[in-house]
Amino acid sequence: MIKVEGLTKRYARTVAVDNISFEVEKGQIVGFLGPNGAGKTTTMRVLTCFLPPTNGSAAVAGYDVLEHPIEVKKRIGYLPESPPVYPEMGVAEYLAFAGKLKGISSADIRKRVDEVLEKCAIGDVRGKLIGKLSKGYRQRVGLAQAIIHNPDVLVLDEPTSGLDPKQIIEIRELLKSLAGNHTIILSTHILSEVEHSCERVIIISQGKLVAIDSVANLTNRLRGSESVALEVETAGGNPNPSDVQQRLEQVAGVSRVVMKDSKNGRLTFEVESLQGRQIRPDLARNVVNAGWNLSELRPVGLSLEEVFLQLTAAENKGASPAESEAAKQ
Amino acid sequence: MKLVFLICKKEFNSYFTSPIAYLLMAFFGLIFGFGLYTATRDVVRMGFQAQMMGQAQPVNLNDQIIRPLLGFASTVALFLIPMITMRLIAEEKKTGTIELLLTSPVKDVQILLGKWLGAMLLYLCILGMSAIDIGMLFAWGKPDWRPVLVAYLGLILQGGCLLAIGEFISTLTKNQIIAGGVTFFVCLLLWLLSWFTAFDSSASAQVVNYLSIVTHFDNFAKGVLDSKDVIFYLSMIFFALFITSRSMESLRWRS
Repeated sequence: MIKVEGLTKRYARTVAVDNISFEVEKGQIVGFLGPNGAGKTTTMRVLTCFLPPTNGSAAVAGYDVLEHPIEVKKRIGYLPESPPVYPEMGVAEYLAFAGKLKGISSADIRKRVDEVLEKCAIGDVRGKLIGKLSKGYRQRVGLAQAIIHNPDVLVLDEPTSGLDPKQIIEIRELLKSLAGNHTIILSTHILSEVEHSCERVIIISQGKLVAIDSVANLTNRLRGSESVALEVETAGGNPNPSDVQQRLEQVAGVSRVVMKDSKNGRLTFEVESLQGRQIRPDLARNVVNAGWNLSELRPVGLSLEEVFLQLTAAENKGASPAESEAAKQ
Repeated sequence: MKLVFLICKKEFNSYFTSPIAYLLMAFFGLIFGFGLYTATRDVVRMGFQAQMMGQAQPVNLNDQIIRPLLGFASTVALFLIPMITMRLIAEEKKTGTIELLLTSPVKDVQILLGKWLGAMLLYLCILGMSAIDIGMLFAWGKPDWRPVLVAYLGLILQGGCLLAIGEFISTLTKNQIIAGGVTFFVCLLLWLLSWFTAFDSSASAQVVNYLSIVTHFDNFAKGVLDSKDVIFYLSMIFFALFITSRSMESLRWRS
């Protein structure tokens, strides 16, 4: 659905996007991840024909962004970083304007406006001026604008910024419901966002592609050792924290034990295993055998956050297995 | 064409959702009314003086009131135009709504034509305020309506020209104040040029005079409809809109 090849965008002095290539299949939700200034917005602007590429090409549904911009724009819904709304217009009025702008006939426009108002849960403010709305509502009006013409491809630049947790969950649900028929690219620097709603992740840093893979693969690939959170109950200074720590360190396969916390009668440790060792059963047995009350034992997966930091840090050093794999793609 | 009207309508409406349209209309109506008052006062006073010397002549409304009045209106318009055009594109760039326009399946030409037409409509509404005063002259006098119509046509053409230039300047910046200031400066310059070259007959002055948007209005004010002037204005409008479209396209490459 989306095909980007050797895309480079150079501003006056800086290279914002440097030779990026990727493809997105129809119906996928892809997360576009990177620190601030990585080139996420620039790439999206090229895809939406807002900016022309300096080098390379980008195509949406087989139409090149430079050669057939109108065809591309018909098939794309775009929510920029700050929602492109006119504060002096009413919500329904604005959506009708945006819809007609995108080629919806006046006969259908009412129905479409009602549909997106409902989908984005903004029906209750349909008559209000956009300038009077809160950031979260404005964001959702922006999203409604992006989906009003039922585009094949949705390009969303940080769709959940400025929303409260409940609204974020609603947007996630909305995106998931849209996923089947629409191809969605969303950019974010909130990693849990990607873990929740995306099937694939494209990580870029300083304009370069760092990794492109599924969320599960990325976390697995970087998780060599197991990390376990362990909590022991104490009463009257018994057992002694250092005793527990010593005992845990002696368990076979443990590489490191860090005490995290000791309050409210609970001692919390984080235990890391050696490469490829299962340590949880042994840990539990040891704690129980010593006569202590084991209150919690759970694996701590490597979060996408850590994956991301590892990848982007490796990128800065200039050599990592992840990078060479990404280069192959 | 449908998209042009869509953008035109949106643009026109947004003038009226802010105080700017009402302010400009009130301002123009007030100034024009004051102009009518002074013009008639002078005519009446001169009439009395002539009568006392026994040389009374009938008042020619067209020559003595309407013509100077509409000439005055064309000058006032120079000061209003920047306030109409300064927001056209600069505001969209500032608030980011330009991203909606430029990523919708709309051609740049449709955007800038729509915006220009929207500004034109507001300008017509502002000019409409003067119809109240002119209407009074028709109600109580019998001026010839044909030169009045020609003068209005001149006002509309001159306004269209300046609005197109203002729109071009608005594409150059995202700061409305700068867009308005520069447009005002250009209008002022055009006005001053027509003053400076009025009594100068050197070749360079003639050229400057010919290019000045304001001097071409003089014929219209006299009630003379000369195709030379109409073509001048139309080609200036076309040229200004053309460089606006070039500038819009370069927005993509520059930003």
